[in-house]
Amino acid sequence: MSWNSWTEFFHMGGYAFYVWGSYAVTAVLIAGEILLLRTHRRKALELVRRTVKYGKVGNNEETA
Amino acid sequence: MGGIGGIADFDRMMNGFNWYKYASPATFYTLAGRLIPWFYGAAAVLCAAGLYIAFFLAPTDFQQSEAYRIIFIHVPAAWMSMFIYIVMAAWAAIGLAFNTRLSFMMASALAPTGAMLTFVSLWTGALWGKPTWGAWWVWDARLTSELILFFLYLGFMALQAAIDDPRRADRAGALIALVGVVNVPIIYFSVKWWNTLHQGASISMTKAPSMAAIMLEGMLVMALAAWMYAIAAALSRVRSIILERERNSQWVAQMMEAEA
Amino acid sequence: MNMLQIVNVVLRRELILAMRRRGDVLTVLFFFVIVASLFPLGVGPDPKLLRLMGGGVVWVSALLAAMLSLGRLFASDYADGTLEQLILTPTPPVVWITGKILAHWLVSGVPLILVAPILGVQFGLSGEALLVLVVSLLLGTPVLSLIGAIGAALTLGLRGGGVLVSLLVLPLYIPVLIFGAGAVDGAMSGLGAEAHLSLLGSILILAFILTPWAVSAALRISIE
Repeated sequence: MSWNSWTEFFHMGGYAFYVWGSYAVTAVLIAGEILLLRTHRRKALELVRRTVKYGKVGNNEETA
Repeated sequence: MGGIGGIADFDRMMNGFNWYKYASPATFYTLAGRLIPWFYGAAAVLCAAGLYIAFFLAPTDFQQSEAYRIIFIHVPAAWMSMFIYIVMAAWAAIGLAFNTRLSFMMASALAPTGAMLTFVSLWTGALWGKPTWGAWWVWDARLTSELILFFLYLGFMALQAAIDDPRRADRAGALIALVGVVNVPIIYFSVKWWNTLHQGASISMTKAPSMAAIMLEGMLVMALAAWMYAIAAALSRVRSIILERERNSQWVAQMMEAEA
Repeated sequence: MNMLQIVNVVLRRELILAMRRRGDVLTVLFFFVIVASLFPLGVGPDPKLLRLMGGGVVWVSALLAAMLSLGRLFASDYADGTLEQLILTPTPPVVWITGKILAHWLVSGVPLILVAPILGVQFGLSGEALLVLVVSLLLGTPVLSLIGAIGAALTLGLRGGGVLVSLLVLPLYIPVLIFGAGAVDGAMSGLGAEAHLSLLGSILILAFILTPWAVSAALRISIE
């Protein structure tokens, strides 16, 4: 498959909106999930540090 | 001599290897931590290869022009969304059968990634449908089944979120996942039936134009990439879940002190 | 006591309790009627359109009404501790669970079947289509009670309430909806409803055999 120019590549035969719309949204969702995974891990580590520091913490308890 | 040695080796493998070692959250936590970068790496490499095939090797389609290149995301996402649901249900079944906490945690870790891929499949399906068949949404068997699968994922996640007690949440989620997986073939069959009955002017999406081999290869590479990514994401998520659930245990405290 | 006697006892208890709470039962029925009546108000009174939609609309309304009624299945017994006592009895739970679900269907499903023809007439369904509608509901509403019971058992005492049960149970209802409404459609288009009705029948048999076990497991999970 040879594209004659980058412009042609981005143009995608007139279907740029659909093709790039698909790929872009997918990329955003994956990036989003990875971000959420890191936040989840950070929160989990904070919870663990609080627990180790102050003793047993229940499910929804707030420490003093 | 070789034969006896063979049996001894086999016996050692079966009885010496501690299968239950990795069922302990503590051991699995470390193992997963080491594996995650490899899976992300594999996903990235496979994705690059897949995208190369998608945009630079696969030729322009005669009927659909360039719009068809969406299938390199749409189809792998659809395949993986169903595969992940089955794996999720398998972990649920193992958890219920052997009462292992970690199995339930794996099921919970897989759900959000599966749901995300289902959504990607639906979204790209719509964007593919519009230029190809003129409608943002077609009620064909596969897309409709994907929509229902999305609801099944959401239901699982909502149920677990609504239950405070982790043990009850584990088991309730496991049950609904198993009920769901039993129903998926029934749902798919009934939707296919419904679709053929009401086949008006709509063209079946499953009757894709005859595929060049390269297109199928591209989809397979992207599917593999998605699989590697899903494993990486699930392992990462399960590590956080393990930390939350095991926060009162000694090994976690020791690990925190070791890091400090 | 043998199993049939136990089912009988459970059935009578449920029916007596339902009679005391007639309001609940009638509310579900009125909901069924109102929802079905909303559709013509939404899409316009064109008789051709309504006749095409009729089977589907009545079926969707029945689905929603069935779901609304699921809350009653275990909630009050759970609240006053009867459910725990039932689980502790030597009888296998599937027996009294079947009794409860049967009672639920008699109280929440059968009224729908009886009122459906009236709604069908509102949509201009032919005589044959009305008959098929009734038969399809006869086969389908027990399945709704059976599958719904799983959702009700899993969500005992949870915050989400009715919405959570809907999210869990509606996807599972879809095959019943497809074959139920499809049967009416088949009758009207002349293609025949036998295939749909036989599939509905098979689903009913499957559900009757399998779901009480799932409900039993779900109750155990929720109560421990």
